[in-house]
Amino acid sequence: MSLKIVVLAKQVPDTRNVGKDAMKADGTINRAALPAIFNPEDLNALEQALRLKDAHPGSTVTILTMGPGRAAEVIREGLFRGADNGYLLTDRAFAGADTLATSYALATAIRKISEYDIIIGGRQAIDGDTAQVGPQVAEKLGLSQITYAEEILNVEETTGRIIVKRHIDGGVETVEGPLPIVITVNGSAAPCRPRNAKLIQKYKRALGAQEKAMLTKDGEVLPYAKLYAEHPYLNITEWSVADVNGDIEQCGLSGSPTKVKAIQNISFQAKESRTLTSSDHDVEDLIVELLANHTIG
Amino acid sequence: MNNIFVYCEIEGNMVADVSLELLTKGRKLANQLNCHLEAVVAGTDLEGVEKQILPYGVDRLHIFDAPGLFPYTSLPHSSVLINLFKEEKPQICLMGATVIGRDLGPRVSSALTSGLTADCTALEIGEHEDKREGKTYENLLYQIRPAFGGNIVATIVNPEHRPQMATVREGVMKKEILDANYQGEIIRHDVSKYVPTTDYVVKVIERHIEKAKHNLKGAPIVVAGGYGMGSREGFDMLFELAKELHAEVGASRAAVDAGFCDHDRQIGQTGITVRPKLYIACGISGQIQHIAGMQDSGIIISINSDENAPINTIADYVINGTVEEVIPKMIKYYKENSK
Repeated sequence: MSLKIVVLAKQVPDTRNVGKDAMKADGTINRAALPAIFNPEDLNALEQALRLKDAHPGSTVTILTMGPGRAAEVIREGLFRGADNGYLLTDRAFAGADTLATSYALATAIRKISEYDIIIGGRQAIDGDTAQVGPQVAEKLGLSQITYAEEILNVEETTGRIIVKRHIDGGVETVEGPLPIVITVNGSAAPCRPRNAKLIQKYKRALGAQEKAMLTKDGEVLPYAKLYAEHPYLNITEWSVADVNGDIEQCGLSGSPTKVKAIQNISFQAKESRTLTSSDHDVEDLIVELLANHTIG
Repeated sequence: MNNIFVYCEIEGNMVADVSLELLTKGRKLANQLNCHLEAVVAGTDLEGVEKQILPYGVDRLHIFDAPGLFPYTSLPHSSVLINLFKEEKPQICLMGATVIGRDLGPRVSSALTSGLTADCTALEIGEHEDKREGKTYENLLYQIRPAFGGNIVATIVNPEHRPQMATVREGVMKKEILDANYQGEIIRHDVSKYVPTTDYVVKVIERHIEKAKHNLKGAPIVVAGGYGMGSREGFDMLFELAKELHAEVGASRAAVDAGFCDHDRQIGQTGITVRPKLYIACGISGQIQHIAGMQDSGIIISINSDENAPINTIADYVINGTVEEVIPKMIKYYKENSK
């Protein structure tokens, strides 16, 4: 059976490289000030999707992401690795969304996509570590879910049931569920295959509307303009709140029940500490002291 | 009405430690808010489960006992909570930031349109002023967590939506029995009134629980390595020191992400919380993420070549030096002096 697979992917700030201007006054993240990457566990999810496509000829993999214009990068990256197409949900009204408002927006977009058997994404994103969006999307679409997946073992042709190995606390379990279903993939799953040289050639000029606008903002002519008319797949589709028939009240900050009350930069309660050197004398003294007061035995 | 609810997670017929820790915290919050503490447990063959739960000061225990509720699957447990909460209207709901809690919590929060904060490291009660709306909210749950890769600490509130939901990792809160004979009301619910049969669609075919490979959580001495250990081979040195000291080896997230150490040894907000009497931090810079999981250690020794490493500010002993130099010396002098 051929499968329609939607991969939920997020462009995230690389939280391992954070500067001083990373936070805005309202407590939300200043994404513009940080390097942006494909959320690592979403890449694990993409790999599971591509494996299903390999095993079930005729299947399609669609990337769905939400973010500013530059998040089209995530879709391009997906195309380079074997995805078929992608949609970028982008609108000022989506800004400042917590997980609930995010899952609302994604669920409306998935309804617009309308045909889906498997919706798959990373377990969590490194900028929030919440692991909430997958299950919330599932609930909003009325679908069942399998979280913390490590490997999709099989989709049975006859019954249309999916069999998944998943991580649980202290072990693993194998579960079987119906289609359509939402799956979130754990970082312990197989890493994503690399970019494919042919696909890079095919999609390297793929752009979203906002990226095109950036290239032509000073009145320049869009480079390779002809290509976009000849090859529609080079135009990355952007959707606004209105395009997905979204309710603006349920999007962005206004659709977010959680509010950031306070943000603190970290200052530790400094303890009185003793500073030692790495000399033999200092290290031996410390060990002798710890032995004497029975800290070590 | 408007009480505090704790979802009690079940493995076999044992309530998970994290749930008992949350009951302990929930009892304190209930006293502060002058409301009741209620617990929810769902599973199969839960005979006598109340003996594990009521002593933590639980005023009402909701038991959902039916075939198909163990092992856990998402939909039936979600329906239990969603439908119960529609009746009971809790003001706060707490659950473990476990695989189960992180599967269940978001589903329930989505159905009830309530806010959920993941992996909190502290829960407090306080007021909140919304200056734009000119409104003040009393007695809100402050959900406090490191955020943004551990670079900041955020306090999250849910002013308008109920229940205020939060997940907390195992070991973050302390577990303490209030009264072994605490008298609470037990309510055995008719599961079929809460869970439609169509919810039992996901089947667990096979389940394999391994005994933990280590006892990091309960170890009296922890030797932990960070990105500064440089490699997986660098960690061998830590295992050697740990063997001598009868300690367990832990790691920072940076070291785990770099592949120097297995994920199940990660200490910090998204890993294990430890409270050993001695914590030896080797080549760990000390992001708040990590500090959150070890700050209650008795004595902290930091070995770091960077004398400005943030972890040094909470250390009792700071050794300025490279791990390659210091750790072999520690092993040597321990062997010489411990006879």
